[in-house]
Amino acid sequence: MSTIIFTQPSGTTDAITVEEGTSLMRAAVTNGVEGIVGECGGQAMCATCHVYVRPEFAAALPEIADDEEEMLECTTAERTERSRLGCQIPATPELDGMVVDVPSDQV
Amino acid sequence: MGVVIIGGGQAGLQVADSLRSGGYEEPIAVISEEHGLPYQRPPLSKDYLTPGADPVPLPLRGETFFTEKNIDLRQGTTALAVDRSARTVALDDGTELTYDHLVFATGARNRRLSCTGADLDGVFGLKTLVDAQRLHRELAAAQDVVVVGAGFIGLEFAAAARAHGCGVTVLEFAAQPMGRAVSEETGAWFTSAHAELGVRLRLGEGIEHFESDERGRVRAAVSTIGSRYPADLVVVGIGVVANDALAAAAELKTENGIVVDASLRTSDPAVLAVGDCANFPNVHSGTRTRLESVQNATDQGKHAARTILGETTDYTHLPWFWSTQGSFRLQIAGLSSKDDWTVATGDPGAGKFSVLSFRGGQLAAVESVNSPADHMSARKLLGGGLGPTPDEAAAPGFSLKSYARQAASKPSGG
Repeated sequence: MSTIIFTQPSGTTDAITVEEGTSLMRAAVTNGVEGIVGECGGQAMCATCHVYVRPEFAAALPEIADDEEEMLECTTAERTERSRLGCQIPATPELDGMVVDVPSDQV
Repeated sequence: MGVVIIGGGQAGLQVADSLRSGGYEEPIAVISEEHGLPYQRPPLSKDYLTPGADPVPLPLRGETFFTEKNIDLRQGTTALAVDRSARTVALDDGTELTYDHLVFATGARNRRLSCTGADLDGVFGLKTLVDAQRLHRELAAAQDVVVVGAGFIGLEFAAAARAHGCGVTVLEFAAQPMGRAVSEETGAWFTSAHAELGVRLRLGEGIEHFESDERGRVRAAVSTIGSRYPADLVVVGIGVVANDALAAAAELKTENGIVVDASLRTSDPAVLAVGDCANFPNVHSGTRTRLESVQNATDQGKHAARTILGETTDYTHLPWFWSTQGSFRLQIAGLSSKDDWTVATGDPGAGKFSVLSFRGGQLAAVESVNSPADHMSARKLLGGGLGPTPDEAAAPGFSLKSYARQAASKPSGG
């Protein structure tokens, strides 16, 4: 189990307990975190689970695959070097306590 | 009073969600026939079937959503009748709901085969979570799988069955796979791609009947040309039929779905229809269409909410679709038709390409295979009514992504 903290543009936060292997998108949708849509169900097809990962956790994330890279070029909110798709990040013990920022727009 | 939404799928929930975010404060009820929280359907024919993985449903909205937004979700409940003059909906639990606006988001059901043996044990459709969970179990034990229909569902299932090590035969009466959705070029690429996966795709060959074993379970499929394929598991994916009977019984106009205008209202302005069940005037095809997709369900759900809140704009969203078949990704933006002029870009040999469809010299649709950047570029271009000419697209080295970047940087009108 890892705790992931989703921070909204308004500053409010949701701390979600995520089972190992479960994606950030799935955990956020299941727990009703606002602003994480996951329209395609987690296949890097819709770019509606875009999140900004705080830099201190960057090294613990899985590498960006080509598909995710291409989809990230087309997110609704600005893509930055901290941008990832939540569906492509499974929770691991190394990510415990990670803070991710939810963008203002997804679709 | 307030809004009653019949159907707890992607479209119905989006109406409820968008009404609340648009400031609607009256009661909202969602009538959902299935038990449990409404869930996402795309993974049912994909991730849920992968070997080993547990098919855990992915909710469309978390439980807190319904309480926080004060949305009355009636699970395991069926709407039996609508009285439009009294503005009431009668439910199977004996209650009656009144409405100011009624929304049909009743979706579609699988078309069924009528041939001999179509109701044998071991012959399944794939539409609901229950179907997907059953097929997940069946696949673990199956050896010889026959799929009837080479549409999205059939081919997604075929790829999953190969991943389980099953022998897989797909019977498709038409001359190409996904014939209603994609160009010949894309169809041909998927034909060879599935052959390489080891799927036996039999084109121009439909199902004649199924044979039964002594216990009443399917044993073989016999095709329209008389070939016999052993089968201990069959999945039928031959399209869907709109759930429009309740609307028809309420004397709303139906014809391949519930007929609505560009604002998604039926002939009764207090009644709307959205998603798979709605037959609407489509600016992208120039005809009335019914679309079965997450995009259409979501965007029509949002639009219907705006209509209820008093806007009178037309629904003009660009349709887009996707399918994943094993490791193959297909993404489609726009609607192609058989008469379109097509230009392929990229490298089909390397399995990364797009097919651009032109109608009257204008870009009308783009099918992208393993090329998400092309797809997202296509959505931007088609959504803005932009696009290359056929000659520009056919030029050596043409890249949709670079073209879209340049188009975006040009001043308006460029």
